[in-house]
Amino acid sequence: MTQEATHDELGEYQGEHHDHGPAKGLTRWITTTNHKDIGTLYLWLAFIMLLFGGAMAMVIRAELFQPGLQFVEPDFFNQMTTMHGLIMVFGAIMPAFVGLANWLIPMMIGAPDMALPRMNNWSFWLLPFAFTILASTLFMEGGAPAFGWTFYAPLSTTFAPDSTDFFIVAIHLMGISSVMGSINIIATILNMRAPGMTMMKMPLFVWTWLITAYLLIAVMPVLAGAVTMMLTDRHFGTSFFDAAGGGDPVMFQHIFWFFGHPEVYIMILPAFGIVSAILPTFARKRLFGYSSMVYATASIAILSFMVWAHHMFTVGMPIAGELYFMYATILISIPTGVKIFNWVSTMWRGSMTFETPMLWAIGFIVMFTIGGLSGLMLGVAPVDTQYHDTYFVVAHFHYVLVTGALYSIIAAFYYWVPKWTGHMYNETHGKIHFWWSTIAVNVLFFPQHFLGLAGMPRRIPDYSLQFAEFNMISSMGGFAFGLAQIFFLYIVVKTIKGGKKASGQVWEGATGLEFEQLSSPPPYHSFTKAPDIKD
Amino acid sequence: MNLSKFIRRGAIALAGLASMLMVSSLHAEYAFNMTKGVTPISRQIYDLHMIVFWICAVVGIAVFAVMAWSIIYHRKSRGAVAASFHESTTVEVIWTVAPLIVLIAIAIPATITLIDLEDAKTNADINLQVTGIQWKWKYSYLDEDISFISSLAQSSRDVIKDPTGKENYLLEVDQPVVLPINKKIRFLFNSSDVIHAWWVPELAVKQDVIPGYINDSWAIIEKTGTYRGQCAELCGKDHGFMPIVVEAVTQPEYEQWIAGKKAEAVAVAAAAELQWSMQDLLAQGETVYRTNCLACHGATGAGIPGIFPAMTNSTVATGGVAEHMNVVMNGRSGTAMAAYKAQLSDVDLAAVITFERNSLGNSVGDMVQPSAIKNAR
Repeated sequence: MTQEATHDELGEYQGEHHDHGPAKGLTRWITTTNHKDIGTLYLWLAFIMLLFGGAMAMVIRAELFQPGLQFVEPDFFNQMTTMHGLIMVFGAIMPAFVGLANWLIPMMIGAPDMALPRMNNWSFWLLPFAFTILASTLFMEGGAPAFGWTFYAPLSTTFAPDSTDFFIVAIHLMGISSVMGSINIIATILNMRAPGMTMMKMPLFVWTWLITAYLLIAVMPVLAGAVTMMLTDRHFGTSFFDAAGGGDPVMFQHIFWFFGHPEVYIMILPAFGIVSAILPTFARKRLFGYSSMVYATASIAILSFMVWAHHMFTVGMPIAGELYFMYATILISIPTGVKIFNWVSTMWRGSMTFETPMLWAIGFIVMFTIGGLSGLMLGVAPVDTQYHDTYFVVAHFHYVLVTGALYSIIAAFYYWVPKWTGHMYNETHGKIHFWWSTIAVNVLFFPQHFLGLAGMPRRIPDYSLQFAEFNMISSMGGFAFGLAQIFFLYIVVKTIKGGKKASGQVWEGATGLEFEQLSSPPPYHSFTKAPDIKD
Repeated sequence: MNLSKFIRRGAIALAGLASMLMVSSLHAEYAFNMTKGVTPISRQIYDLHMIVFWICAVVGIAVFAVMAWSIIYHRKSRGAVAASFHESTTVEVIWTVAPLIVLIAIAIPATITLIDLEDAKTNADINLQVTGIQWKWKYSYLDEDISFISSLAQSSRDVIKDPTGKENYLLEVDQPVVLPINKKIRFLFNSSDVIHAWWVPELAVKQDVIPGYINDSWAIIEKTGTYRGQCAELCGKDHGFMPIVVEAVTQPEYEQWIAGKKAEAVAVAAAAELQWSMQDLLAQGETVYRTNCLACHGATGAGIPGIFPAMTNSTVATGGVAEHMNVVMNGRSGTAMAAYKAQLSDVDLAAVITFERNSLGNSVGDMVQPSAIKNAR
């Protein structure tokens, strides 16, 4: 069925909407309520933030290239680690996933658009302001926030620079944006599915995002509460986190990580969905254990609320608390393991080809597994005494977030960009990008495991000489990885501008409504008439 | 047992893979693994670390081997035809239950180690209070009435632009903390400002140092030697510059050291009774300023605009001496300015206040005698 027929049939209802396209020029992007336009905006914001946060990582790696203070002062170094973390978490990874959700969810469930398109526009447009406010702190007297992305009190309250108030406002705006985005995603998935698209037929990307959206709604208000308490501690005479006033600095950490741990899964669950879409396509075989994947995702989400204090094994919790949080934490490796085993079984006895999206997806599985296994090690409380706050932790969460979350986002780009633009990317370029990034990222992060085990604390601008060699290797990997993403920018722009025409199905083994029933690029309003759902 | 040799080789091979052959030619310089340490707990932790590491390595290698097999043999270019299986409750149950058993196998030794680790309260021979202060450590021997402050050694500060060849760069202090071997030492941690963490890898003690809390931990050091560590929790600008040095000595040496420290304290108290000359106060004051004030207020007294106020021409340092003493001794609540009467002796306080008034671009001309500080306490 073609979209022409759809338009004709619905023409009587749609009146003047018939045939309309996007507005022209800048107005299109400011006033748009279209899920594809907003998805594009989110993805570009995420890319810009990736390069911005990446530039800060380059400053960090340059300073750590050799012992001694060469380039920046310690306070500026702390500003860099803080802003790098905040920008990458809230500016790069999260908006990228929301952008993918906007582009893909309506097409995957057979809907014309998101359920709440105007709110969709607002949730995006809050973000550029939030990040402008956050970035502006770099130019303020006293400098940007320098207390780490985890902003532990009282370093972030009594001892923080004046710019912290701008940071608080920025976090509030990001939180509002995330909550609205999540409401929209939930409303879309629950209300806008085509007839016959039952819950257990939804693609896993839709499932993982549905669960992620609930996590976001649950924890972003907790983060908002934390920063609001910081604000009143700083200016309105309260002592939530000030021991001298009867408050409790450890309570800050409990509140932060009650947000922070689910946040970690917010940044990885949609990645699971992406990989679960890509693998079956290039293995030409159905995803193994679909329903167990859904249950595993839900289990991970529920467990994520019950493990937060494993970030705090050294704060001096009672032993009962430490034991509980250790047991609960290592339990998460079970549903995570189920996912990895399911993916491997999907590949097993498939008929695989290795186009660029498949390479990134396989890279994800391998390196996310490494990050997951080091996560299990970190979960063992007594050993965490030695791992905590070292480069071992830095290596762990970068394996999970860079070769995990970011790799899945890049995989998603290569997988769906022919659908979005109608242009194939250049396969050779894509493969060079993959191998270049993958070698570089391992040179960057693998030696950091050794640094941490050998005793190098995180967040230090300078170090003793025994850490010199691995730091230099790591920095070289870092520069190479950074450069690879500039190459990625070139690939993105080139693919949008033109390229070999992509067919509607794009990939030989691709399934799902967006590939089976929509042209490449798809019409502006994806499904104006509900598609037929085959079994 | 040759296990450790094997581990080392394995780790070297892994790293060689990861860092593109750069490593293998230089491997002597590289530390790959956690220290075994010198306490019973540190050994337990190391063993547990190796158990978990090997479990993870075996699981990881098994998963990657299956993937690799599949990638090599189940590819379309080799004519592989896709099978149609896509679910099996039996295997799902197997790979849910099998990991659970492995986890229980990890949890049992982990629980035992954790219980030992937390046993700080019983039978301590020595109680050492450790206070985190931006950016130095204060050690108080609670049984001996000795306390002193330990901060980064000047010889590390001097080479900060180019530390090439500097032994123990950033891991050396002006006054190490001295402890006897084979005694149960109970550490009591608190903080006077932000959260720090006291970490000495070889003792396997890492404990957050939190304002308003007293945390504890313990160690029995089994070998004499010098053990170095660092602050492990981001605590502001000079987080990377507050090292820890523990000297573990025999009991007689320890007693000798204690006696020496006590004699030192008497000498310091005696010095406070004397009238000091301007010259002596300035010389002493400069030393005190460098280790206590410079981190925030700067080498030239310029401070850091917007964060830390300048000393040069400041209303406090050039104004009335009483207010100047008040600020230095009692601190400024709600800011990073600490109450130094808890950290410095009468002489040091008098010296540094005099220094601040008559150096760093200021020239008020008056001086503060230790006796004045004593009266103001």
